[in-house]
Amino acid sequence: MKRALYLLDKGRRQMTKFTQRFPDAALRILIVAVALIGGVLLLRSTLPPSLKSRKIQVAAATEREAARPIKYAGVPACAECHDAQYNLKKDGYHRNVSCETCHGPGAAHVANPMEVKPPAPRDRQFCPTCHAYNLSRPLGFPQISPVTHNPLQPCITCHEPHDPKPPAVPGECRACHGEIDRIKAVSPHALLDCTSCHVTPEEHKVNPRSVRPGKPTSRDFCGQCHRTDSGVPNVPKIDISTHGEKYLCWQCHYPHMPEVHGQEVER
Amino acid sequence: MNRRGFLGRLMSSAALGISAILSRKVPGWAAIAHEPAKSYGMGVDVDKCIGCGRCMAACKTENNVRPEPYFFRTWVERYVIKKDGDVIVHTISGSSEQPIEEARERDVLRSFFVPKLCNHCAHPPCVQVCPVGATFQTADGGVVIVDEERCIGCRYCIQACPYGARYLNPETKTADKCTFCYQRITRGLLPACVEVCPTQARIFGDLKSGASPLTRFTRMGKIHVLKGHLNTEPKVLYTNLDGEVR
Amino acid sequence: MNQELIERLAEISKQVTGFIYPNDLDVHWSIMIVLYPYLTGLVAGAFILASLVKVFNVKEVQPAYKLALLTALAFLLIAPLPLQLHLGHPERAYEIFLTPNPTSAMAMFGFVYLWYLMVVLLLEIWFAYRKDLILLAQRERPPMRWVHRALALFSNDVSEKAVEFDRKAVRAITIIGIPSAFLLHGYVGFIFGSIKANPWWSSVLMPIVFLFSAIVSGIALVLLLYMIITPLRGKQIDMGCLDKMASFLFYAVIVDFSLEALDFIHRLYESEESIKILSDLVLNKLMISLLVMQILLGMILPFAVMVLIKLLNLNEELRKLLYFVSAILIQVGIFSTRWNVVIGGQMFSKSFRGLTTYKMELVGIEGLLTAMVVLALPVIVLVVLIKVLPPWGDIEEKAAEGGAG
Repeated sequence: MKRALYLLDKGRRQMTKFTQRFPDAALRILIVAVALIGGVLLLRSTLPPSLKSRKIQVAAATEREAARPIKYAGVPACAECHDAQYNLKKDGYHRNVSCETCHGPGAAHVANPMEVKPPAPRDRQFCPTCHAYNLSRPLGFPQISPVTHNPLQPCITCHEPHDPKPPAVPGECRACHGEIDRIKAVSPHALLDCTSCHVTPEEHKVNPRSVRPGKPTSRDFCGQCHRTDSGVPNVPKIDISTHGEKYLCWQCHYPHMPEVHGQEVER
Repeated sequence: MNRRGFLGRLMSSAALGISAILSRKVPGWAAIAHEPAKSYGMGVDVDKCIGCGRCMAACKTENNVRPEPYFFRTWVERYVIKKDGDVIVHTISGSSEQPIEEARERDVLRSFFVPKLCNHCAHPPCVQVCPVGATFQTADGGVVIVDEERCIGCRYCIQACPYGARYLNPETKTADKCTFCYQRITRGLLPACVEVCPTQARIFGDLKSGASPLTRFTRMGKIHVLKGHLNTEPKVLYTNLDGEVR
Repeated sequence: MNQELIERLAEISKQVTGFIYPNDLDVHWSIMIVLYPYLTGLVAGAFILASLVKVFNVKEVQPAYKLALLTALAFLLIAPLPLQLHLGHPERAYEIFLTPNPTSAMAMFGFVYLWYLMVVLLLEIWFAYRKDLILLAQRERPPMRWVHRALALFSNDVSEKAVEFDRKAVRAITIIGIPSAFLLHGYVGFIFGSIKANPWWSSVLMPIVFLFSAIVSGIALVLLLYMIITPLRGKQIDMGCLDKMASFLFYAVIVDFSLEALDFIHRLYESEESIKILSDLVLNKLMISLLVMQILLGMILPFAVMVLIKLLNLNEELRKLLYFVSAILIQVGIFSTRWNVVIGGQMFSKSFRGLTTYKMELVGIEGLLTAMVVLALPVIVLVVLIKVLPPWGDIEEKAAEGGAG
């Protein structure tokens, strides 16, 4: 008891010594600082946890994002009811084209099949979105000129959209290889048929990516016309035994637009 | 307790505190702190893209993006590389009001379309710079999302994205971007752009799955990413990507 | 509101050259974001000038010491305003304090700003003014009497010991204040310098260049204010103080100029991929703001003037005129520097193939008029501060003791 009183008194004396030695100005600043920090901490403690915890906020935001409404239903949803069209489509050229690519978003229709109907494009304006000729499109993708190809008739007149076989198997390579055809048409090789140089199995027209046409495999092939003693008139001639030793001709020269004497052909 | 003992205790508890803070699993550090079970990514085969723009339209429809050509979550660029070395690039049905310079086939060396979108990087600079942590990577799949209720609209993330994938949503005044159609993929559907692509130029999936079209994609092609030197570790993988593409 | 935005974007898209990513059309960080580094730069620079007096004992600058502190405070108080005006959701700005992202340099803003305001600037001003406030309060009538007593936190001690403690405290705080000022403005440079996506910004030198241009602009501002206010008070300009400030300005300009020249040479020499679009940017969009305003008018001309002053022995009137003109040119130059960094960095697309343009609105929350108001506000705040906390106390004393005239 006596010891406790003694310690308390010692503490009080030390505090007094401290405050006497501690500069008055600094003490005032210290009090203000403690009050400010205390006030801020107090304020912070009154805030709800959702304002202070990023974990809670992230979880809430993820949930909110996942709960957004859906507009496109997806192919399985269409196939559930429209299995006839689905079965027709699944082996044809459009097997990888989703229903909604052409018919637009279908979730509203799935929710309310009787009253909400997705559009079915039946005019000439729609199909050229993919099939109009464009030189940037991959080589071999079927492209037509929307102006000259069977003018004025809707595409579906000849092409069933769910199994779009052309009415006749394409006889001309240019049905799919429009870009190459256009380049070749203004080149010195314009009068050569594609099949003059490319041996093309019939199946290529049905399975274009798996069955490919061939390319000439020897220099003598081009030499038929281009060797010095070929006898073919109006054709550049070269000594094929010495010219461009190691390479096949088309490894340097572009056969669809061959240069003449190293110069581009000017129109 | 003597002074030395006290100082020792102080040091070790400080060290513990610092390491606890550093290893804390904060969403902004998700890329470094923990490995998510799934890792959503996309594969893009440039040789298959026909530039039809179905993906751009479907994305705007699905996600309520404004129709004007100034806000895109995904877009397709067209490259025309000419024999004289000129490279002409533009966004298809894009924002540029100027007439597109059309080239003749004879002048063109190479030409192709390149779909672009948010790369949902594994090491995203946008998540790193957000001052309030409003943009984050989801715990499942590492999809980068913006919390539109916390975003303060400072636009730092838009500056930090090297791919131009982000824009300021004029209605919510918050940053916005492709979310891999998070609301779709969590229900087992494909993102809208993948759904409507007619040539399977876009493939979506889990990069970590054993067998999926995306896994085959990464096995059979030489994979490229955009701006790999910036080490953002994009999860949108390209094959047949030309060197002129930025 | 949206219709206006769409129309504005449609206008801008007509002026695009080359290929830009479609989302790169709009310049998001507007003149408000140009103002922020300009204002915090002035704060840091003014503080560094003040620190020259208290830490490096450059006694000649003492007459401008308190003015420098008040200038720093006035600009610091207004600095967050352009940021708030720019945010898409200014009402959510508190989130920076509650849940800052530890990996974001911008998240530092709240804490660095608060630290600098409370622990450095306000504290230093308090200790520097404490005795003056007490003496002023003794001579005044209410209400100013109570204002000054409250500002002095009701302290009364003007003994030798207390004043000595004040002096030591000021010195200690200034020593902490110098790196704090570096941090206050340096982190802004880091915000830009750490963006690897943008080659115009991404650079190790960015925080350093920002800091030195801040020092240049801050010293020039205090010099300018001193030259304007002193005659308005009917007092003589202390030429020793002016010449010394101009000297430090000169050294700072040399360092700043060298750093910017280094950046320029480095870029050209390394000639990285982005050099083509950046050259395009400078020659087509930044001709006036960079080559003319930042470099010619803002750097080379003032530098040449100051070299002349150092070499020739010019009379007082001529020196004052030249200092005045140089200081104004420097302000224009540093403002242009900020413009070129912020706006310039957004005028080229991340595709590295095209340029867009910045259309500053006249009215509107991020418009030119708003910017001019934001620039005028710190001056108004400074006038109020000067009235409440007269920075001329020691000058009067010095004059009374028969000191410099």
